Amino acid sequence: MRRVFYNLKQAFQQIGRNKGMSAASVFAITAMMLILGLFFIISVNVNVFTEVVKSDYDTVEVYLKDSTTEAQAAQIMNDLKEIKGVSKVTYRTKDQAMKIMKKRWGDSGYLLNSLGTNPLPNSILIKVSNLSSANSVNKAAIKNKGVENTTYYKETIDKVTKITNTIQIGALIIMLFLVVVSVVVVSNTIKLTVFARRREIEIMKYVGATNWFIRGPFLVEGMLIGILSALVSSGITYVVYGKIVAKAGLKMMTMLGSPLVPTGYLCGNLVVIFLALGIGIGACGSIISMRRFLDA
Amino acid sequence: MITFKHVTKAYDGNIGLKDVTLSIDDGEFVFLVGPSGAGKSTFIKLILKEIDADEGEIQVGDFRVDQLSNREIPQMRRKIGMVFQDFRLLPKKTVFENVAFAMEILHKSPKAIKRRVPEVLKLVGIEDKSKRYPQELSAGEQQRVAIARAIVNNPRVVIADEPTGNLDPKTADDIMQLLDAINMAGTTVVMVTHAKDIVDKWNKRVVAINEGSIVRDSFGSYGYHENGRPDKKGGRDNA
Ligand SMILES: Nc1ncnc2c1ncn2[C@@H]1O[C@H](COP(=O)(O)OP(=O)(O)OP(=O)(O)O)[C@@H](O)[C@H]1O
Ligand SMILES: [Mg+2]
Repeated sequence: MRRVFYNLKQAFQQIGRNKGMSAASVFAITAMMLILGLFFIISVNVNVFTEVVKSDYDTVEVYLKDSTTEAQAAQIMNDLKEIKGVSKVTYRTKDQAMKIMKKRWGDSGYLLNSLGTNPLPNSILIKVSNLSSANSVNKAAIKNKGVENTTYYKETIDKVTKITNTIQIGALIIMLFLVVVSVVVVSNTIKLTVFARRREIEIMKYVGATNWFIRGPFLVEGMLIGILSALVSSGITYVVYGKIVAKAGLKMMTMLGSPLVPTGYLCGNLVVIFLALGIGIGACGSIISMRRFLDA
Repeated sequence: MITFKHVTKAYDGNIGLKDVTLSIDDGEFVFLVGPSGAGKSTFIKLILKEIDADEGEIQVGDFRVDQLSNREIPQMRRKIGMVFQDFRLLPKKTVFENVAFAMEILHKSPKAIKRRVPEVLKLVGIEDKSKRYPQELSAGEQQRVAIARAIVNNPRVVIADEPTGNLDPKTADDIMQLLDAINMAGTTVVMVTHAKDIVDKWNKRVVAINEGSIVRDSFGSYGYHENGRPDKKGGRDNA
C-alpha cells in the first residue's frame, strides 16, 4: 500500500514537471483511440445490421407505392407467382411491418413511437428457391408500375460483409501502426523524466534498489497517461456518437431497417477497450524508455 | 570478504585489469592506490557488477559476483555501501531524506526509518543538520551525509572511491577518522585514493595497481611517488 502511494505521488510529480510532453502524449494516444473508436462503431453497427436483417436473408422485399391499392397488390402477387424460381409470396401491411421492426429493434423499439405516422410502405415478400433466381425476380418485380422499390438482403449483406472485412483489415494495420507510434511517443515522454532523475536512479542502483522498484513511478506515469487518454477519448466518443444517434439515428434506422447501437452500451464497451489499450501502451512505453538505464 | 581470482577485464583494446588475484578479509581496511588509468575504478565496478569480467572469479561476501544473474545484483549491492568523491546526494532532498532514501528502497517501515536515520546521522556527527539541504552544507558535511547513507543499512563492506578527493586536508582527516571508526566497528573498508599523505599517516594495508596489475600489496606507506615511480623507502612488502 505504501508502495502504491509512493509510486502515484512520484508519477504525478513527474507529469507535473513535464506537462508539455505529457499533454502531447495524451493528445497522440487520444487521436489514435478516436480512430479506433470510429472503426469500432462502424463494425459494431454493421454487425448489428447483418444480424437484424439475416432473417430476411433469402427474401426479396418488394415495397409498394402508397398509391397502390390492395387489389392492384393482389394482381402483382399473382404475376410474381408466375416467375420461375419463386416459391412463396406473402403480403405485409405497413402496420405489420412496423410491428416486426419494433420487435427486432428490441430495447430501441420505443424510438419508433416518435415517428408519428408510419413511414413504412406496404410490401410483398418473395421467398426465392435459389439465390441465382433472386436477381431475375428482383428485375421483374421492379418493372411493375405499382412497385416503389425492392431490396434483396443477400446482396446487401454480401457487399457489406466484403466492405467491412476490408475496412477491418485496413483498420487493423492502421491501428498497429498507431499503437507503435503511441508507444514511441510515450516512451520519449518518459525518457525525459527518466533523464531528469538519472542521478537518483543511479544512486538507487548503488543502494540496491531492484529494477522494478526503480521502474515503479515511471510505469505508473506511463499508465496514468494511458488512462487519461482513455478517459478523454471515451468522453469525446460518448458526446459525438450520442449526438449522431440523436440527430441522424432515426433516419438511418428506417433507411437501413436496423437500429444504431445505443450510446451507453457502445461507450461502456469502448471505455474498457480504451483503458486496457491505454494502460498497455503506457506500460510498454515506460518499460522501453527505461531499458537503457536499467541494463547493467 | 572480497576475493578476486585471475580476474581480467579489457575494454576494447584498453587494459582494465590483467590477471588480478587478491583477497580482502572480513574487517580489513585496504587502501587501493595507483596512477590515473591504473584500473582502480575498474576494480570497483567489477565488485558492484556494473561491468562483467572477461575471465576469473569474483567473490563478494556470499555472492559469486561473476555468476550473479541480473536479478540478484540488487541483493548483492545491499551488502555494500558506496561513497564517492562527488558525494552524489540528491539536491532536492534534505539530509534526513537523503539517508532515509536508502532505507525506503529496501521497503523499510517509516517507523524503522525514523528510528535508524537519526542514529546514523549522530554517528557521523551531523545530527543537528538533518533538516538542511545538501547545498547548504560544507563539502565535509556532505560527505558525512553520503557516508551515513552508505552505512544506514548495515552493509558488510564500505567502498569509497576517492572520498577525500574534494576535501581540504583537515576535513579529509575528519572523514578518515570516520571511516576508520566504521572499520573498527567491524565493517570492511576499501578506499581508493591518490592522497599519499593520508596513506602514509594511517598505516593500513596498501594495494597498489598499475596498468591493470597489482604491483604491490603491503602494509604501511603509499610506496609510490605521485608520478608512479617506486619509492625507495616504500612499505614492507608482504607479497
Ligand atoms: N568504458 C571504458 N571504455 C574503454 N576504456 C575504458 C573504460 N573505462 C576505463 N577504461 C580504460 O581502462 C583503464 C583503467 O581505467 P580505470 O577507470 O579503472 O582507471 P582508474 O585507476 O580508476 O583511474 P583514475 O584514478 O583516473 O580514476 C584506463 O586505461 C581507461 O582508459
Ligand atoms: Mg577512477
